Amino acid sequence: MSDPVSLTDQPVQEASTTPPAPGRSRHLSDRLLTVAFISPALLLLLAMSVFPLLWALYLSFTDYSATRGGPATFVWFENFTAILTSAQVHLRAFTTLLYVVGAVTLQTVLGFSIAYLISRRVRGRGVLTTLFLVPMMLSPVVVGLFWRFMLDAQFGVINSMLGSIGLGQVEWLTKQNTALISLIVVDTWQWTPFIMLIALAGLTAVPKYLYEAASIDRASEWFRFRTITLPLVWPLLLIAVLFRAIEAFRLFDLVYILTSGGPGVSTETLSFHVYKVAFLGFNTGTASAYGILMVLIVIVLAQLYMRYLNKLKED
Amino acid sequence: MAVSVDEAVSPGPVRDHRPPGRRSTGRGRVVIEVAVLAVLAAVMLFPVLWMIETSIKENRDVYAIPAKFFDFTVTLDHFKDVFVASDGGPTTLSGAFLNSVIVAGVSTVLATVLGVPAAWAYSRFSVKAKKDQLFFILSTRFMPPVVVVIPIFLMYRQVGLFDTKLGLILIYTAFNVPFTIWMMKGFVDEVPAEYEDAAMLDGYTRLQAFWKFTLPLLLPGIAATAVFALIFSWNEFVFAIFLTSSDAVRTAPPAIAGLIGGTTVDWGLVAAASIVFALPVLVFSYLVRKHLVAGVTLGAVRR
Repeated sequence: MSDPVSLTDQPVQEASTTPPAPGRSRHLSDRLLTVAFISPALLLLLAMSVFPLLWALYLSFTDYSATRGGPATFVWFENFTAILTSAQVHLRAFTTLLYVVGAVTLQTVLGFSIAYLISRRVRGRGVLTTLFLVPMMLSPVVVGLFWRFMLDAQFGVINSMLGSIGLGQVEWLTKQNTALISLIVVDTWQWTPFIMLIALAGLTAVPKYLYEAASIDRASEWFRFRTITLPLVWPLLLIAVLFRAIEAFRLFDLVYILTSGGPGVSTETLSFHVYKVAFLGFNTGTASAYGILMVLIVIVLAQLYMRYLNKLKED
Repeated sequence: MAVSVDEAVSPGPVRDHRPPGRRSTGRGRVVIEVAVLAVLAAVMLFPVLWMIETSIKENRDVYAIPAKFFDFTVTLDHFKDVFVASDGGPTTLSGAFLNSVIVAGVSTVLATVLGVPAAWAYSRFSVKAKKDQLFFILSTRFMPPVVVVIPIFLMYRQVGLFDTKLGLILIYTAFNVPFTIWMMKGFVDEVPAEYEDAAMLDGYTRLQAFWKFTLPLLLPGIAATAVFALIFSWNEFVFAIFLTSSDAVRTAPPAIAGLIGGTTVDWGLVAAASIVFALPVLVFSYLVRKHLVAGVTLGAVRR
């Protein structure tokens, strides 16, 4: 379709610069170069991401077990129906939902507030931003360990501080109803800076003249915020929120280190449950089906993310 | 833009009837805002400070109740314990740090070598279904690691890559390539294609033009991208714990996590090991602070 256009275009350009023959070979070498430069990366992704997922898809239709070995027999959709109708899985899905919604909401509110406060400061903005960003760059392993120590019921510093202001001791990680809250708090501590960083990028990009125009007209603070700041920052913030939601949905390491899903199953998220089915129960077939279902959810979230990203880029 | 100016301007005067009182309440507000920021900063930084304190406390002070904030004896024993075993030899932890350096370093180099040319090609040439390809590339990075690790585990067991550094390097490369492509595509987009066109008019081939003119301009971007890739591999935990089993291969994150496995936990040692582990990351992220927004969104959002 586009060929005729380039055919009429090219000779004119080529004629003035180089003879037509090299031009053609150059066009060919461009195609060759594209293939040579892109295919190694794509091949690696095919081998390390797509092939494993296809294998998982195959396993999800079988009763294969990684320890029992032997040939896998097809059970078709048995694994999927088992998972979708399992009360255990429903409970994990609910826990995950609570965790994702709780953590991401907290992070968004806190992160945006901090960004807004920082954006109003002129001096010390760089230093403040840098300090706030520290938690985000740490490994979840380090974060999990830090907090496990601080939240320890006996000698943890949090309980020690609570004690010194006359409040009782809280079993942060070992009581059913506080464990999930602790998990949300720790995740919020680590990822509030992420929302803050992106919100700050949006806030500092709001053109000054808009505020100036508004203040000439003595628009109220809240009015300026609602009509100038929020609409301009919102698209970027939405992307940050979706990104965090995907990350929170697939989170594993923090749960593993902080609570190992306990006490009971109160902090077992879907990813942690998959791990237990796959590596403790060794029901590889079931775990694969479970994993494929999680991948589907991630793909939906990722599609949303990309859609808003494209929208942002077009504006 | 013009619309929002109009919206902001027109109802303005009607809304605000009290300009005189503004100045004094303004100052009070600034004080409150600064105070709130200071408190939030303290809350965010306290865990880090507490870990640093714990790493230089003697064991009896680490477990003191109530917690000791200031009056403790400073010791560097925990940091020594991270690297030197009680018999004088190197600890398994120090071996794990070395493994981390090798695995993160090599996988970063590989991801850069594979990702930068691909990013350049995606930026410069018309590729069929380019948007779909780029989306596919990024979406591989979004896959839950716990799910991906199940088939990878079986695959590695089959081909003998389980519990090898090469296995970890390969999976980390695959994990960093999508990021490198997205991040670098942004940097390549910023370099005008006309530079290459001009070079080609001078008789260079497309490849030479890329190599001699575009690549040098991309170096700062490549450095920043590589630093992020390095941080991602360095911090990675899920693949590291499920695809390795021996101390000879195990990287630092699972090794540090292993410190809390026993019945008694030496929190001083955990703190010291965590700090040794986190310090390079903090230094490196400070170096790439200008690109942090792009880096942490996997190259998707750019200012």
